[in-house]
Amino acid sequence: MQIARVIGTVVATRKDENLAAITLLMVQPLTPEREPAGRPIVAVDSVGAGVGEEVFFVRGREASFPFAPVEAPVDAGIVGIVDRWDLG
Amino acid sequence: MLLARIVGTVVATRKDPRLVSNKLMLVRPVDPKGKADGGYLVAVDTVDAGVGETVLIVSGSSARMASGMKDCPIDAAIVGIIDTVDVTS
Repeated sequence: MQIARVIGTVVATRKDENLAAITLLMVQPLTPEREPAGRPIVAVDSVGAGVGEEVFFVRGREASFPFAPVEAPVDAGIVGIVDRWDLG
Repeated sequence: MLLARIVGTVVATRKDPRLVSNKLMLVRPVDPKGKADGGYLVAVDTVDAGVGETVLIVSGSSARMASGMKDCPIDAAIVGIIDTVDVTS
């Protein structure tokens, strides 16, 4: 999983039927110092995250697991909202 | 998933039988503002998208979960046509 900030929303009316009712968000991966790490990507949301929140997301097929038994065609999904992280 | 713009179509007569009757598109990832960002990909279109449209691309093994793509040898599929991207930064 990676830490990221939710930076925006994505709207697509015409989409795969298994994406219906799934929220699409733009997320920017972050370094532990909250600097952008790489390009922003589109992730689905299963935890009710909102713009501006820090989250962690999972990549790959596992991103569809929160929507089981629907096999949603997704490769990045937010699975937690981060309260805080501490650096040793 | 990635945002990408469709820049063309790909025609292949000789191909894996599981790819027959699928539409192949040449796409280029874009950033949230629509600026090209990175190299080109061939993606299977499952939503009847057209050249010039901004679309949602799913990559890797998840691409096989796109409609009608079960067990097909693909790693990128177009699964949505983007209406708007609203980024506050």
